[in-house]
Amino acid sequence: MAHGVTQAWAGSFDGLLHKDLSSVNSRLAEDCRRFGKTLLLPFGSINPMLPDWEEDLRRCHEQFKMRGIRLHPNYHGYKLSEPFFEKLLRAASERNLLVQIVVSMEDRRTQPALFAVEPVDVLPLGKIVSVIPGLKLQLLNALLLVRGQPLLSTLAAGNVAVEIATLEGAGGVAALLKTVPSEKLLFGSYAPFFIFESAILKLKESALSKAQLEAITSANARRLLSDK
Amino acid sequence: MIWDLHCHLAGVPGSTPDERMAQLVEFADRMGIDRLCVYMGMNWSHQPKPEDFRKQNDEVLQALSRWHHRAFGFVYVNPNFARESLDEINRCVADGPMVGVKLWVAAKAHVAELDPIIERAHELKAIIFQHTWWKSVGLLPGESTPLDIAALAKRHPHVPLICGHTGGDWERGIRAIRRHSNVSVDLAGFDPTAGVTEMAVRELGAERVLYGSDAAGRSFSSQLAKVLGADLPEAAKKLILGENLKRMLTPILRAKGIQL
Repeated sequence: MAHGVTQAWAGSFDGLLHKDLSSVNSRLAEDCRRFGKTLLLPFGSINPMLPDWEEDLRRCHEQFKMRGIRLHPNYHGYKLSEPFFEKLLRAASERNLLVQIVVSMEDRRTQPALFAVEPVDVLPLGKIVSVIPGLKLQLLNALLLVRGQPLLSTLAAGNVAVEIATLEGAGGVAALLKTVPSEKLLFGSYAPFFIFESAILKLKESALSKAQLEAITSANARRLLSDK
Repeated sequence: MIWDLHCHLAGVPGSTPDERMAQLVEFADRMGIDRLCVYMGMNWSHQPKPEDFRKQNDEVLQALSRWHHRAFGFVYVNPNFARESLDEINRCVADGPMVGVKLWVAAKAHVAELDPIIERAHELKAIIFQHTWWKSVGLLPGESTPLDIAALAKRHPHVPLICGHTGGDWERGIRAIRRHSNVSVDLAGFDPTAGVTEMAVRELGAERVLYGSDAAGRSFSSQLAKVLGADLPEAAKKLILGENLKRMLTPILRAKGIQL
């Protein structure tokens, strides 16, 4: 396993724009099985703006045996304050699926002018998360954009974690751990869009204890996935 | 050997230049970085008046004072204050320890006001770093794109220039400066998107590509990864990580009698 990675949670870029998400999720599950064996865990895309998204969710869980789903609210065109978003979170929680929300896919400054997508506003999450029992949530590509009190209050609202792919700043992980509990932090690379080494080197740049390293690189993820 | 072209005192923990410099060196040590180029002070302004850029340069001089064996300084100037900028280059480079000139967002790189600065820097063998970004959300009034530095390079074909951030939108930036062999690109200060260093080497040659971090705003890790994680021969990586910058700095270091 390259760089010691023993499990990677994978989504599909096709999930951003395709409308036949069952086909996208089926291919993802098959690719993970064929190429990843025990390494790759598929996370299916769900778009609650599409009619009968509930069936896509059911298939992710029952047919493709997925442990979690991935949401792109900004590409799919909805706010987290929409009532159907809470309904989706409740439905995922009832199936014990881990929900990943992708805050951003690309630096806003380098996006094509004709296809500009603003990052997801996560502020409504705090209130929603606190009223859904058992919800497991992870923010992806969040840490360059969501910081300070909005980050802390979102993480504190429930079983919410965030990963380090877009974390920046010299000694960034150690600096973040001054305010964010280590059990809330996950290792994330955003490979293959980002160079994998970026994430792994961040664990070297900060002086971290063995316990912190263990928590960030595997223990938190294992717990988040298995929590019921 | 790793030499980091692009570091700042801003965004580093510490209340004094000395504290911040010590912190930067601590991170550099963890990452195996031998030398840091540092420019601009603890607080920045887009359009610094002479008293402001002098103060910022004083902070860098103070930061360097205990770390000349690990760090180099570039003098920060504003082309809209031509006389004062030349005086500052003389103070910090000709009569001081600095080895480069930093141009940020006060004036676009193509304007004629830059010419005396470029000429004086070149006389002193100082290397010239120009910030560039290509933003779909709009630029600051004096902010340059790589096209601006391309225009500058055309007027000064024998002066080595560095295109900061490779323009951020690197697929455009590399194309913009490709024809100008006196322009090198700085890999610092944008997301560690896969393929950037491979494209830069393919289009420009490894000799025109320089590692930099833009720490402390960026992590050393995300920017080092652009080189360490690139699908390139080790010889190319060595050039990018330090040998190119050392080659560019050698004339001024020799002129100043600095032994490496």
